[in-house]
Amino acid sequence: MVRGKKMVERVMELMTEPAHIRNIGIVAHIDHGKTTLSDNLLAGAGIISEELAGKQLFMDSDAEEQARGITIDASNVSMVHEYNGQEYLINMIDTPGHVDFGGDVTRAMRAVDGAVVLVDAVEGTMPQTETVLRQALKEQVRPILFINKVDRLINELKVDEMEMQIRLGKVIDKVNKLIKGMNEESYNNGWKLDASLGTVAFGSALYNWAVSAPYMKKSGVSFKEVFDKCKAGDMKSLAQSSPLSEVLLDMVVTHLPNPKDAQKRRIGVIWHGDKESPEGKSMLNCDPNGPVSMMVTDISFDPHAGEVATGRLFSGKMKRGDEVYVMGTAGKSNRLQQVGIFMGPKRVEVEELFCGNIAAVTGLKDAIVGSTITSLVNITPFESLKHYSEPVMTVAVEAKNMKDLPKLVEVLRQVGKEDPTLQVAINEETGEHLIAGMGELHLEIVTGRIKRDKGVEIITSEPIVVYRETAVQKAGPVEGKSPNRHNRFYLVLEPLSDEVVDLIRKGEVSMNQTALERRDILVKAGMGKDEAKSVKDIKGTNMLFDMTKGIQYLNETMELVIEGLHEALAGGPLADEPVQNLKISLVDVKLHEDAIHRGPAQVIPAVRGAVKAGLLMAGDSLLEPVQKIQITVPTDQMGNATSQIQGRRGTIFDIMSEGDTITVVGKAPVAELFGFAGDIRSATEGRAMWSTEFIGFELVPNNLVKEVVLAIRKRKGLKESVPTPADYLA
Amino acid sequence: MLTFVGLGLYDLEDISAKGLEAIRSADFVCLEAYTSLLTGTSLAEMRCYYGKDLEVLKRDDVEQHPEGFLSKAIDTNVVFLTGGDPMVSTTHIDLRIRAARMGVKTEIIHGSSIVSAVCGLSGLQNYRFGKSCSLPFPYGKWCPKTPGDVIKKNLADNLHTIVYLDIQEDRYMTVHEAVNLLESMVTESGFQIPCYVGIARAGSPEPKVRAGVAATMRETDFGGPLHILVVPAGLHDMEREYLEVFAGYGNSDLL
Repeated sequence: MVRGKKMVERVMELMTEPAHIRNIGIVAHIDHGKTTLSDNLLAGAGIISEELAGKQLFMDSDAEEQARGITIDASNVSMVHEYNGQEYLINMIDTPGHVDFGGDVTRAMRAVDGAVVLVDAVEGTMPQTETVLRQALKEQVRPILFINKVDRLINELKVDEMEMQIRLGKVIDKVNKLIKGMNEESYNNGWKLDASLGTVAFGSALYNWAVSAPYMKKSGVSFKEVFDKCKAGDMKSLAQSSPLSEVLLDMVVTHLPNPKDAQKRRIGVIWHGDKESPEGKSMLNCDPNGPVSMMVTDISFDPHAGEVATGRLFSGKMKRGDEVYVMGTAGKSNRLQQVGIFMGPKRVEVEELFCGNIAAVTGLKDAIVGSTITSLVNITPFESLKHYSEPVMTVAVEAKNMKDLPKLVEVLRQVGKEDPTLQVAINEETGEHLIAGMGELHLEIVTGRIKRDKGVEIITSEPIVVYRETAVQKAGPVEGKSPNRHNRFYLVLEPLSDEVVDLIRKGEVSMNQTALERRDILVKAGMGKDEAKSVKDIKGTNMLFDMTKGIQYLNETMELVIEGLHEALAGGPLADEPVQNLKISLVDVKLHEDAIHRGPAQVIPAVRGAVKAGLLMAGDSLLEPVQKIQITVPTDQMGNATSQIQGRRGTIFDIMSEGDTITVVGKAPVAELFGFAGDIRSATEGRAMWSTEFIGFELVPNNLVKEVVLAIRKRKGLKESVPTPADYLA
Repeated sequence: MLTFVGLGLYDLEDISAKGLEAIRSADFVCLEAYTSLLTGTSLAEMRCYYGKDLEVLKRDDVEQHPEGFLSKAIDTNVVFLTGGDPMVSTTHIDLRIRAARMGVKTEIIHGSSIVSAVCGLSGLQNYRFGKSCSLPFPYGKWCPKTPGDVIKKNLADNLHTIVYLDIQEDRYMTVHEAVNLLESMVTESGFQIPCYVGIARAGSPEPKVRAGVAATMRETDFGGPLHILVVPAGLHDMEREYLEVFAGYGNSDLL
C-alpha cells in the first residue's frame, strides 16, 4: 500500500509533462494473453507483487471476469516507467477481445494514442485481431506488436530455431499486410512494423519475459539463448535477464507517441470543429492553460461516489469544484466533485488533472459515454464513437419481486449508460423491459451483473433475434396530412445507396460536420449537388433530404418533421422493427400560417403516418443479422465443421488448409446460431477452434418472411394482419 | 342537421337564447374542449343547466374520427358546442366541409368571441388590428419564431396584434409565460415590444386588464385562466385614454 501511495505522488508529478506521458491500450483476439500481459506490466511497475501477477488477473476486477477468465470491460491503470534515466507516466487501458464486447475497444481507442497489438505465436492473427487493429487505425492510434506465447512454439509445436524465426516473421508480415490494407498512408509513414527497428517484441506474458532487437543489444541476450532456455524449461532466468515489463515499456516509450505529438495528428480525425478556435488550438497543442475539452469513454458506478466518468482530457485542466458543460444537454453546468486517475480497480483522487491524461471524475451527472465535456458553453462535439458491431439480440427482463420494480428501472438506466453498445428500452407500463446486445454471451453477462452487482432479482426471457426493416423500391410522393388537415407533407421514399450507407457507418458522414464538408464528401461519393446540400437529418443509416424550395415556416417546423420521422423509423409497419438504409425526401409541404396549428400534435403524426405508409408502398422488407463464422479443425473433422454451417441456412465461402488443420469460413443468420457453441463442440469432439463476427443484415428469404413477421407481431401483441398504407393515411 | 353553437366566453349564461334552444331540442349534444374552454363553469353544471347529457370530444375525436357524430347528424339533430364563436377556431371549418360533403345540413349559432371582447376590454379599435398569431408552449427544441415575426410586421405597419396563448390538456399559458417567451424572441431578432396589454378571464364579472411594458406585465398578478395578450402598435389618443382609465396604463411606466 505504501508503494501504491508513493506511486501516486510520482504519477502526479509526471502528469504535467506531456512529453513524458504515453496513453496506451492493449488489444488482441480473445485468449491471446492480454490480461496476463497487463498484470505483469503492473508488477514490473511495482503496483502488484510479482508472485501474484499472472494469477491475480488484477485488471479483471469484476468477479465475473475472474470466474470466466476473460476480460469484460476495459480497465484503466496508470504507472511509472524509467527509461534512460527519465521517468515516464504510462496510462494503460486493457480491453476485452471477445467480439461481443467490441464496443469497449472502440471507446478505449478514443482515449489512447498508441496500441500494443498482442498476437499468439501459435494461432497467429485472428478475426478479432483484425477488428481491433482496424479500430485502432481508424482512431489514428499507432500500433506496435507483441508476439506472445513464443514458448508454446518451442515446447508444444517442437519447432527448431530456424522454423521459429520463420513463423514469427510470418506473423509480422500478416499484421503489416493488415495495417497496409487499412491505412496505407500511415503504413508508408513509418507505421510499418519492423523487428530490427524495435517496433516488434517477442516473448511469453505468462513466464514474464520478452525480447526485442534494441533490448537484445543492451542485455546481450540472443535468439539462440532464448530458444535454448525455453527448450530447457529455464524461463525464470530469461525473466530476469530480459524482463517483460522492461522490454515492452521501453518499446512503448520509444515508439508510441506522447499526447502532444499524437493530438496534433489525431484531433483532425476525431474532432471536426474550427482548428483556429481557442478550443481547437488548445487541443492541437495539448495546452493545459486552454479551455477544458474532454471526451467521456466510459461510465461506471461506484457505490460511494456514484457515477464515475472516465475519458481523455485533450486540453485544459480540471479540479474539484470546477463548473463544466456537457455538450448536447440544456446548457446547465455540472460541478466536478472528485477528479482522479485509475490505479487498477481503485480510483485515486488528485488535486488537479492535466490534459494529455486519462481522467476519472465524478459530478458529471448529465454525461453519457461519448459526451463531450467543456469549460466553454458551446463547442463542436467530438466525432461520435462508431461501433463495428450492432445489437443483434434482445432479451426481455422483468423484476422477480414487485418491490424491485422501481429499482430495476434505475439499474437498467445505469446499465445503458455504462455500456453504449447496449440498447435499453424501458417500458414502465408493462414492466417488461428490453435489452438489446451484441450476442448471447454479452446479454448473459449483462443480466448476470444486474442480478449479482446490482442485487435485483430478475426473470429473463430467451434471447430474441433483432430484425430490421427497409425499403426495396421507390415510392411516392406520399401525402401525409395533419389531423387538422391544414398541413401536408409530400415524401418520396427509396433505398439509400450502399456507398452512402457505408459512409454513415464509417462515421465519414454525420450531422456533426459542417454542411459544406458533408456536401463535398457526398458529391465525391456520386450524389447530386442539390441533394448533397439538402441533408436535414441522419438517424441510424437513414437520411432525410429537404428538396423543397422557399417554403415559409418550414425551417422552424423541421424539428417536428424529424421527430415524426424518428418515431416511424423506430418501428416499421411490417413488424415494428427498426428501419434502416432508407432515403426520405421531402418534396413539397403545405403549412398553416399560425404556429399552434402546425404544432407537435399536427406535424408529428402527419410525418409518421406518411413514412409508414410510404414504407409499405416501397416494398417494406425484413432483414436479419448475419454472422461470419470461422472454424478451425483437424483435417479429418472438416465435414463436421462444414455441416454445422450449412445446416444453419449458412453458406461457406472459403476453406483453407494449413498443415494438418483446416479453416472453414462462412456465414449464417443469427437466428440459426442458438446453441452453436454446444453443437460444434459435440460435432467435432471438442477439437474445433471457432469465432463469430457480425457482418451485417441481409434479407430474410422470401419463403420465411411471412412466418417470421407473424411470430414477431404475435410476440409484440400487434394485430396479426400487416397494416395497409390506408391505415396510416387519414 | 349539425348545429354549431358558440358558448361565449366564460360561464353557462354566455350562450345565446337561440343557442340554448338548439341544445334543448337536440337529440345529441357534444362539446369540443380542446381549442378553448369555459373556465367559469363545470361539465356537471352544464349538464344540469341544459338538462342534457354532453359527450366531451377530444382532439382525436374531432380531427381524426368525426364520422361518429357526423353520421348521427344525417337523420337526427346534433349540436356541436365550442367555447367562443365556432368558426374562429379554424379547425372547425374543416368539420363543416366534411359534414356538407356527407350531405348533412349545417347551421351556425354564433357566440361572443374573444376577438371582439379584446376590443371592448382594451379599447383598442377593431379596424386597427393586423394579423393575429398564437403562441405555443415550446416543445423540446421546437420553439417557432412566427409569433415574433407577425408582431414585428404588424408594428412596422402600425397595427395591433392579438396573441392567442396555448391551451393544453393539463395547462394553459399565462401572460407571464407569454411575455417571457416573446421577450427572448424579440431580443434574438433585434426589435422591441414597446407595450403589452394582458387580459385575464374575459367575460367574467372580474376580468383583469393591465397595459404596460414587459416589467409591468411580470409584476402584475393576473390570477386564474384564461389569459390572452395584445401587443398594441402606436396608440390613438382615445385608445391611450381608455387604457389609462381601464388598464392602469402609464401609472408606473411613465415615471
